Amino acid sequence: MTDISHSGPVLAADGTPLKRSLARALRMQKLRALMLIAPLLLFILVTFILPVADMLFRSVENRIVQDTLPQTVEALADWDPASGQLPNEAVFAAMAADLQVAAEQKTHTKVAKRLNYENPGLSSVFRKSGRKVKKWDLATDGPFREKLIGIDDGWGDIELWRTIKTYSGTFTSGYFLNAVDMQLGAEGPEIRPENERIYNTMLVRTMRMSLIITFSCIVLGYPVAWILANLPARKANLLLILVLLPFWTSLLVRTSAWKILLQQQGVINDTLVWIGLVDDANRLVLINNELGTIIAMTHILLPFMILPMYSVMQTINPSYLRAAKSLGATDWTAFWRVYFPQTVPGIGAGSILVFILAVGYYITPALVGGTKGTFISNLIAYHISTSGNWGLGAALGAILLAVVLLLYWVYDKVVGIDNVKLG
Amino acid sequence: MKLSKLSALAMTTALCAPSAFAEEMANELTLVSWGGAYQASQQKAYVEPYLAANPDVKVIWDESSAEAVAKIRAMNEAGNVTWDLVDAVASDSMRLCDEGLAEEINHDEDLAAAPDGTPASEDFGDLIVSDCFVPQIVYSTTFGYRTDLIDTPDTVCAIFDTEKYPGKRSLQKRPIDNMEWALYCDGVAKDDIYDVLSTDEGVEQALAKLDTIKDQVVWWTAGAETPQLLADGEVVMGSTFNGRLFSAIAEQGQPIGMLWDMQSFDLDGWVVPAGLPADRKARVMDFLKFATDTQRLADQAAYISYGPARASSAPLVGKHAELGIDMAPHMPTDPANSANVHVYDYEWWADNRDDLNAKFQAWLAK
Repeated sequence: MTDISHSGPVLAADGTPLKRSLARALRMQKLRALMLIAPLLLFILVTFILPVADMLFRSVENRIVQDTLPQTVEALADWDPASGQLPNEAVFAAMAADLQVAAEQKTHTKVAKRLNYENPGLSSVFRKSGRKVKKWDLATDGPFREKLIGIDDGWGDIELWRTIKTYSGTFTSGYFLNAVDMQLGAEGPEIRPENERIYNTMLVRTMRMSLIITFSCIVLGYPVAWILANLPARKANLLLILVLLPFWTSLLVRTSAWKILLQQQGVINDTLVWIGLVDDANRLVLINNELGTIIAMTHILLPFMILPMYSVMQTINPSYLRAAKSLGATDWTAFWRVYFPQTVPGIGAGSILVFILAVGYYITPALVGGTKGTFISNLIAYHISTSGNWGLGAALGAILLAVVLLLYWVYDKVVGIDNVKLG
Repeated sequence: MKLSKLSALAMTTALCAPSAFAEEMANELTLVSWGGAYQASQQKAYVEPYLAANPDVKVIWDESSAEAVAKIRAMNEAGNVTWDLVDAVASDSMRLCDEGLAEEINHDEDLAAAPDGTPASEDFGDLIVSDCFVPQIVYSTTFGYRTDLIDTPDTVCAIFDTEKYPGKRSLQKRPIDNMEWALYCDGVAKDDIYDVLSTDEGVEQALAKLDTIKDQVVWWTAGAETPQLLADGEVVMGSTFNGRLFSAIAEQGQPIGMLWDMQSFDLDGWVVPAGLPADRKARVMDFLKFATDTQRLADQAAYISYGPARASSAPLVGKHAELGIDMAPHMPTDPANSANVHVYDYEWWADNRDDLNAKFQAWLAK
């Protein structure tokens, strides 16, 4: 033992220390592995990670105000909104100068759109003024305070100037605050009035309903997976095709089929009325509410639950169950104590798949969810494709992503991610 | 073999040379529209005659008008605008214009004058709601009802009268129009609607009125939903675009009647995305001039019951191309139908849409 400690580092055949030579070999190996996955890595980076990052960045980015109205932002620095006084003539002159440049480049309406999110009504003030300010002579046409207010009363409103001052920074918390039903008031962040609060409700509803859908998938999928795993291969394959069949049918077709089945004049209600279980005047409301979304989405996501459970159950040796029973366990005990624990990795994998897919769904909830069964993703889709408020859409998306990652982390702590098996 | 190939080559060069010299227009045109019967009417009334006159041109349709604003913005940011001409509703055209994403149009220079020489800007008149917008049609959002399930309603306020007209109603899942109808039926004078709606109390009042029928409403997002819901008997009355109701009534013979009272006029038209290369823009402007002339707009009305946006087209509206019925009485602009209309204020909604939508969504989720 002392011999080794005195003879210095162990050397490799070429005389370099073994440690370094090993490290180099490992590095070469890692590099080779990296080269192999490099095309995929680059592809994912360019087509997935960078665009997502770019989109999420929009939730805080706010350069447009100082880029479009540089002189105004500078002039407003000395003005205190709490004074209750309108800004002085210098600010109005700066605004006139900025507006003239902006109207020439047609950017005044862009900045107006940004500010209109925070203070409804601003967009028409800017649109109306841009056209007229273009014709002014900045050197002689002052004073601009009266002239601007003459075009639109909006310029005489302190709130307008406060909004510009508040949202003149390079970055803004405005979108994120909006996404959690708050706003930047005169004294910092405050909760929005009750009739504008919506996003927290929607986030909680999305999580709650996704959990219900995941749970219904477990309950419905478990017996199916069990039958699949325990049938002879030929029959199992036939049944497996039935499980996979929905994948080959368009999502819209499947969702519309549920509409026909579930609506009040639909197949299910008609049958129940015909049998006499339901009174014709009081047909069941099965669609355009939470129930409709849960039913349709459970059906659509069920294969994602069955397949991982099936592949895990297939690997369970049937002799364990026989052994348990021969040792005196009842059917239930044998199932619950011996079989079920071995299927947990499959349930875990299916649950993660179904839950994450459910949280981001928006087409099905939009079609069958009515007002109570829509998800936060429906609002994200609305802001991205209809209202054009990408900043708010990005903030909502970032929050959703964070919540999912948080749940994933909790899941890892509680169940353990190593315990998840796809087969 | 070789010879024939060579001579073919020589012939094509000979044929192409003069035309390549005369034309600096691209030969591909990507048009964006809404799909369905509406796009078909554009295909038959504008595109087929244009292609007959310009056999070299190829037209590609993209059915993405519902996401026009988002997609044009994304294309513009990526610096790769693949669309040439986009069909958009008036409010979307305003937003595209505001953001500098659409080309400004000089209506008198770029578009054909009426046959009697009236310049285009006068022929379209007030319908030019934005500098980037070339109006095509006037459509309306109005109500249809089941003639066999309820009494004939004569006012829009029938939607709020669940005692006289029991059953579910379908309304579009957005504040626009619904808030106005609610205030109108709550006793607000038509001219005061937007003044009232500009106050918090006004918004509360409109939502309170809608609250009275909230549990009786099926909310729709796609125009095809109300005709389907009416046909299934899921709802007894519902709002949708008048052309959809026309095809349910006239083409499919459903027991549905039209309620034109307080129909909400809206416009649909063409928008040219900003930043097209010169050759493509030249082709677009050539097509645009052809497709929006008096005769073409009148022709479109033979396929769908939307009113042509030019005043000079109205007298030329004839019969339905397949059914042979007179189209004029089915137009939202027909005097009998437009006795009491709601004129939707674009400017006001451009300012307040985001704010009202937040309140409307919050109300829906309650």
